[in-house]
Amino acid sequence: MSRQSEFRRAILDPARPVPPDLLDGRNGSAGWRFSVYRNNVTLSLTEALEQTFPVIRKLIGPQAFATVAGAYLRAHPPTSPVLSRYGAEFPDYLARFKPLAQLGYLPDTARLERALVDSYHAADATPVDPAIFARTAPEDLPRLHLRLAPAARLLCSPWPIHGIWRFNTEEGAPQPPHHAQDVLVTRPEYDPLPRLLPPGGAAFLAAIAADAPLGTAMDRATETSPDFDLSTLLGLLLQDNAIADATLDMAP
Amino acid sequence: MLDRTPANTLPHAPGVGYKPQHYNAIMADPGPVRWLEVHAENYMGAGGRPIAQLRHLAERFPVSVHGVGLSIGGEGRLDPDHLARLRHLCDWLQPASFSEHLAWSTHDRAFLNDLLPLPYTDATLTRVADHIDELQEAIARPMLLENPSSYLAFAESTLEETDFLAEISRRTGCGLLLDVNNVFVSATNLGFSPQGYIDAFPLDRVGEIHLAGHDTDEDDHGRPLLIDSHGREVDEPVWALLDYTLARSGPRATLIEWDNDVPDWPALAGEATRAATALTKVPA
Repeated sequence: MSRQSEFRRAILDPARPVPPDLLDGRNGSAGWRFSVYRNNVTLSLTEALEQTFPVIRKLIGPQAFATVAGAYLRAHPPTSPVLSRYGAEFPDYLARFKPLAQLGYLPDTARLERALVDSYHAADATPVDPAIFARTAPEDLPRLHLRLAPAARLLCSPWPIHGIWRFNTEEGAPQPPHHAQDVLVTRPEYDPLPRLLPPGGAAFLAAIAADAPLGTAMDRATETSPDFDLSTLLGLLLQDNAIADATLDMAP
Repeated sequence: MLDRTPANTLPHAPGVGYKPQHYNAIMADPGPVRWLEVHAENYMGAGGRPIAQLRHLAERFPVSVHGVGLSIGGEGRLDPDHLARLRHLCDWLQPASFSEHLAWSTHDRAFLNDLLPLPYTDATLTRVADHIDELQEAIARPMLLENPSSYLAFAESTLEETDFLAEISRRTGCGLLLDVNNVFVSATNLGFSPQGYIDAFPLDRVGEIHLAGHDTDEDDHGRPLLIDSHGREVDEPVWALLDYTLARSGPRATLIEWDNDVPDWPALAGEATRAATALTKVPA
């Protein structure tokens, strides 16, 4: 086995013996000096996960987080040196991690945290000029295609993920409710915001994200929620710079 | 091989490793700090605040890009995706310097996020030189290669680290980044003279000096084992080793690295002031 294969295995599996023929510089054996690398790798990758998933850490406590992070980083070491991307499989891993299985809301909460970091690093975009909606003739509005900003992220959950996130990040936030919540992560300038969507909002935005025109997206929303109010949601999207473009579909 | 001129245009003055929490303080009053260094891997997103801040900083300061994840000492080939990201960053930022480490971090698709050691042999020398040629080609500029901090040595090594670095520099045309704290950490851990290491180092190839704090642990025999933690002030013997180095190298771009338990700006600027004082003692 090559040196680096030996190192990789022994670093990621502390139960393995340390690689042979390592010295202390004085012709003695390196002894437990190898553990410096084990510690550095475990601690630095756990820290990377803590930075992306602070609410998960708060929910389960630092000890449990270190345990699940340690197991995760051994099963799924990063495949890229760009560590802001690390942890894409962490939500799924939480769902499969038996000791935490009774906390069913953890995976979707982790997906929200992962989405916030992705949004933070997403491409910039010039927001659409809101006047486009006034300029478009009412009969043409159903044919308008909206393009969401690259930093927008839609999350649908059977859990109150917005309330859980707020309760664990905002001083004095209310207790999470006992019902499902859908969230759109927006980035008005540089700081991502999780926005609670009204009923029908996720169906509307999923259709928009799939490049359906406004009319079709409205239909999807009202099928889910007859009281869906487009103007309120549109106002929020414009306020948060979440629409990057709006173009009229010229096809008949 | 690229041309052999020193691989950067950093001023022979103090710089600091940039931390986003210091953005406003730096923009208001950088004090003694004349240039900034950023970790390449923190600026590889598509946009957002990190990229915007870096653009603003680069309008005011020379910027050094310091890679921490290419795995130049790796047994496998360099990651083509990562080379492309480095090229993209260098293309738009046009940094005053680019540097990376004599170390490896990726093997068999796992990025271990640590600067791991390699033995010094003819075979590893050839491999590292080939990787540096490939990187310098990709980013279209010469790089600086940094000496590691060592906690152990390899039985199969046949070359001294200083000879290894000198030969790499000769073969590839790369410059060197001399981390004086790493020298002190390695010398303590492996039982050699830090001054002897500086004496043997090809100082004419040095384009930048690094300083940082270390932690103190013990090995199995109760001897001090220093850990390159970047989490505190530069230790007194390391300042002394900086003076020893500068007296022989002449002034160089000198960086304070403080990556963990990052202090408020005044504490970091205070370390930079001390580096400025060390630099003024040196005849140009």
